[in-house]
Amino acid sequence: MARTREALLLLLDVSPSMHSVLPDVEKLCSRLIQKKLIYGKNHEVGVILFGTEETENELTKEVGGYEHVKVLQDIKVVDGHLVQSLKHLPQGTCAGDYMLIKKYGETYKGKKHLCLITDALCPLKDPDVGTKEDQVSTIARQMVAFGLRMKNIVVRASLSGEPHMRVIIENDNLLNIFSKKSSAKTLFVDSTTSLRGARKTRDISPVTIFRGDLELSEKMKIKVWVYKKTGEEKFPTLKKYSDKAPSTDKFATHEVKVDYEYKSVEDPSKVVPPEQRIKGYRYGPQVVPISSAEWEAVKFKPEKSVKLLGFTDASNILRHYYMKDVNLFIAEPGNSRATVAVSALARAMKEMNKVAIVRCVWRQGQQSVVVGVLTPNVSEKINIPDSFYFNVLPFAEDVREFQFPSFSKFPVSWQPNEQQQEAADNLVKMLDLAPSGKGEILQPELTPNPALERFYHHLELKSEHQDAAPPPLDDSLKKITEPDPTLLAESQSAIDAFCGQFVIKENPKLKKSTRRFLREKPSGSDEPNGDGSVSDAQAVNSMESKPVVTVDKIGDLTPIQDFEAMMSRRDCPDWVDKAIEDMKNKIFGLLENSNEGINYPKAVELLVALRKGCILEQEPKQFNDVLEKVCKICRKRNFSTFFDFLMSKKLSLISKSEAVDSDITDDEAGSFIVKSQPKHED
Amino acid sequence: MELDPDDVFRDDDEESDNEFYQEHEATKEYVVYLVDASPKMFSTTCPAEDQTDETHFHIAVSCIAQSLKTQIINRLYDEVAICFFNTRKKKNLQDLNGVFVFNVAEREQLDRPTARFIKEFDHIEESFEKEIGSQYGIVSGSRENSLYNALWVAQGLLRKGSSKTADKRILLFTNEDDPFGSIKGAAKNDMTRTTMQRAKDAQDLGISIELLPLSPPDEEFKVSHFYADMIGLEGDDLALFMPSAGQKLEDMKDQLRKRMFSKRIVKRISFIIANGLSIELNTYALIRPTVPGAITWLDSVTNHPLKTERSFICADTGALMQEPAKRFQPYKGENIKFSVQELSEIKRVSTGHLRLHGFKPLSYLKDYHNLRPSTFVFPSDKEVVGSTCIFIALHRSMLRLNRFAVAFYGNPSNPRLVALVAQDEIVRAGGQVEPPGMHMIYLPYSDDIRPLHSDTDAVPRASDDEVKKAAALMKRIDLKDFSVCQFANPSLQRHYAVLQALALEEDDMPEIKDETVPDEEGMARPGVVKAVEEFKLSVYGDNYDEEGDVKVSEASRKRKAATENAAKECANYDWADLADKGKLKEMTVQELKLYLMAHNLSTTGRKETLISRILTHMGK
Repeated sequence: MARTREALLLLLDVSPSMHSVLPDVEKLCSRLIQKKLIYGKNHEVGVILFGTEETENELTKEVGGYEHVKVLQDIKVVDGHLVQSLKHLPQGTCAGDYMLIKKYGETYKGKKHLCLITDALCPLKDPDVGTKEDQVSTIARQMVAFGLRMKNIVVRASLSGEPHMRVIIENDNLLNIFSKKSSAKTLFVDSTTSLRGARKTRDISPVTIFRGDLELSEKMKIKVWVYKKTGEEKFPTLKKYSDKAPSTDKFATHEVKVDYEYKSVEDPSKVVPPEQRIKGYRYGPQVVPISSAEWEAVKFKPEKSVKLLGFTDASNILRHYYMKDVNLFIAEPGNSRATVAVSALARAMKEMNKVAIVRCVWRQGQQSVVVGVLTPNVSEKINIPDSFYFNVLPFAEDVREFQFPSFSKFPVSWQPNEQQQEAADNLVKMLDLAPSGKGEILQPELTPNPALERFYHHLELKSEHQDAAPPPLDDSLKKITEPDPTLLAESQSAIDAFCGQFVIKENPKLKKSTRRFLREKPSGSDEPNGDGSVSDAQAVNSMESKPVVTVDKIGDLTPIQDFEAMMSRRDCPDWVDKAIEDMKNKIFGLLENSNEGINYPKAVELLVALRKGCILEQEPKQFNDVLEKVCKICRKRNFSTFFDFLMSKKLSLISKSEAVDSDITDDEAGSFIVKSQPKHED
Repeated sequence: MELDPDDVFRDDDEESDNEFYQEHEATKEYVVYLVDASPKMFSTTCPAEDQTDETHFHIAVSCIAQSLKTQIINRLYDEVAICFFNTRKKKNLQDLNGVFVFNVAEREQLDRPTARFIKEFDHIEESFEKEIGSQYGIVSGSRENSLYNALWVAQGLLRKGSSKTADKRILLFTNEDDPFGSIKGAAKNDMTRTTMQRAKDAQDLGISIELLPLSPPDEEFKVSHFYADMIGLEGDDLALFMPSAGQKLEDMKDQLRKRMFSKRIVKRISFIIANGLSIELNTYALIRPTVPGAITWLDSVTNHPLKTERSFICADTGALMQEPAKRFQPYKGENIKFSVQELSEIKRVSTGHLRLHGFKPLSYLKDYHNLRPSTFVFPSDKEVVGSTCIFIALHRSMLRLNRFAVAFYGNPSNPRLVALVAQDEIVRAGGQVEPPGMHMIYLPYSDDIRPLHSDTDAVPRASDDEVKKAAALMKRIDLKDFSVCQFANPSLQRHYAVLQALALEEDDMPEIKDETVPDEEGMARPGVVKAVEEFKLSVYGDNYDEEGDVKVSEASRKRKAATENAAKECANYDWADLADKGKLKEMTVQELKLYLMAHNLSTTGRKETLISRILTHMGK
């Protein structure tokens, strides 16, 4: 189908002034192509570079001129090679100017896009005939004739040198001609992070979810179309991989089929066919079976409609009540009166600070209604109609009325004093992400999804090396997950003042084991807690996940966890021996340094862990030796309370029944402690 | 499939729903309904809504029945017992006179309500005289004290469970404000004293006693006679008690069927502000779409529950296998494999903390910056002392400066940029409407926001006059006290009603009022109608034909033309004859489609499908 086809021409500026951002341009473009490889295999892409050293294009052969323009790839269906070639854009040496080359076959059906990425810093050469403006206008007209959509991304990361201003203004004017004369959009980005989000890497053709009447009353209806405005872009759904097929089988799909079987809970041997199942709903402790036919007869079946319930003050709808992704209501395209009606309502709502409450049933046969709020979206551009945003509101059942204490009820020590409040005010003012005169930082429209970016990056790496590890986030993406260091530096004084005003400390009453905050483990859940100092350092600078930290010695803080972690290391058999050896030393150390038995409980705990580990690893001898040695030491020094501890934990030698290698019988194990106890009479 | 086998990308919200059940049991409620069944409860009446008189006994019983029906959906794990006193027969563990504990088979006396329990209780009035009987329990000359007995039995029923994990209550329904009025002298004092002591004992065990007094319209229930002391009313509370009790009774009957959730921390996160300064926050789910309860699949023959078993089969070899640990994505003609660990590693772009980026004016948070329900955050000093203080300071500054915070929430399943919007506490009529704290709003990324393609031509705009008319209309149709959660979800309420009707084997399906339909009456008010007319006239003009003004799209014009053409062509064949002779099979798909198009039938599917569709349509 023609509408699912798309042709995209990338016009990339590689002149010297662009060099600093080229890596991000490369990434943006490769992501574009990668997604096309997955979601739009028929799409066509062409790449033209300008500002290159060499010149290679048709027009220069045909009519001359167009120097420093290189066609990297003619328009053709996407393939993997393109990703490769985009990875290393040649750095141009010449100042280039942008000129459009007609590359589309005139018969191409489907959408045509053009994406120009430049910094528009280089002066444009005067054409032979007419003015620059004329020329641009001509191109714009041609683009309209071809139904070409253009998107200009202008990078303004660092403005260096004033003399460029004249050129910049001139170029911006020219770009504006595109916006006016054709359906081009020009976007200025001022950071590499924004550049990465500037071009949607996947084009989803808009589909209406509703077309019909917005009923103000029975008599007054407005024809509207409803589109999705936001929708979460998910990870691609990966298939399960089966490694059962022999590696020689070239046609193996490696897919996995998932089968479901329904079995009676009471009698697992009885399999029930899917059509014999019936849905049951809980009613108190019972489950009430209700067949789908029964439901069909009684269920809620509202008519498809969108009806106005009324208007209300915008302040009655708090922002956090918005429930879902957002829809856009526009008047039916081409219906001028409906457009005026929507425009009148939107403008009146904005003026009076009102919103509309509507009840929507998008499709016939839908089993539920949604109540939502329409907020005005008054457009400033003459070619974009006024519209409404629609957000779903919760029903009474969806709101949980939890009570929280008033801040004023908290003790005085929890209330900020004047200086603290001032420091906070100052911080909120200084740590400004939307400074006046500069662009907004982390504008959602221009911020790419770092996790998805990483996935596609990894996918590409894996296509080269199957075992490639997940790549770290690059600097542009890191600015999304972590605060921008330059911004932090700018407001360092406010931050320091703020931090200086407040004191935080760990709650001393809590048990050590339940604490998590100030000494937090790194992000990994599978990461064992290493030696105290190591994991502290990790928590501080492991913002992007590094390879799992491994434990190679038993620390003082969490010896048991460390021990278990070491025992379970599979990269070398020596770890088990080392773990046991370390543990032994720990235990003896504890006993040696135990003042009045303070360390006894800890030592016994370690012994228990060691015993468990030795049974698991079938190393009974190691443990039994340790225990015997421990007892010997204790007997020598008359640590009688220690034996009470051992008794209470029922700690004994590992017997034959627990580990085959043991030469201790169960009886011997049972009587061990009693025998080794020092005689009090002595 | 109802199951989502792919749990790699599961939201953490879903998990939290499951946890909810385990925690819920810790905070349940045990209630004993103590209903006075004295002859006075049957003899005094109140006028009901439909002009007939209702006995007090009926009011109490129907109120409990209503309450049970709501409770079985709202708070599944709460346990109840119903106990009558001043009865002729007795049935209770202590074998005390004048007290009858109502129960059904297969149920402990204090237990979760069951369908059968509710159903039989619905019909209690019909059989009451025969089965239980009404009789004054406190008469002069006898030492019997049915109220004392009733409290004792109730206390006995509530012995189960610890008062730490369960909220224990006795709800007492009576219309007798002076239970010992018939007794004189020392005996009265004595009985009053022992009853009070009994009540006090119960209260000492953590059981609260609530009184729901019923009084005839012309007489007042004088709490001060006896009950004020028992439920501990003093001073101003005494005067306020009666009106509030009446309200409580109404509330019990009119409760919305709404699953209750106990307040629960979804996650504890640390909020990293700067310079290594981080505070402790708890997150709560205040707003989440409620869905009808989970489905249990049953065997339709035996009605026994079923369990689902998943098995993985290799598509190439047909071999049964373990759940595969790898996923793959076809890419560049290859299958690129990812292990589950790698996938979660990729998503872990940051630690599970909330990292502050900075602040922006509230106007930068657009209406379309939304994806899913917000999460509420509230500070906690449990582990990091000083968190609350910092939070309050930031909260105040943000409110004062009209700014919101932008932060990165490194939730391992779905890392996102979030907006933290400070919300001041709103208290209305003594109740907290909005708690103080911040709401975490999940922001979309650039790829989550859909662009809309614009026209090149200028589009019409409303004139000032048209805007004025619209404003006039807005003033007319103004929902003054609109609150977001004033509507019940009609589909969910219908679900609960149907479930109840089927469980209790009620004959007629209850009608559920759909509160979300527009207020027809209000819309028909002359002022509103006039405002609508004026607005319509100003934007549409006199002769607006709602259908006619539309440019028919090219596609639909083509479709229409094709249908007309098909109708014409179709007439060239004798379809009935072709069908009878079995010649449809020899025709081309194109020809078959002519028939289908001409008769407005679907043209999708294989040739056999098309033929059978034609035959069905012809009735053969």
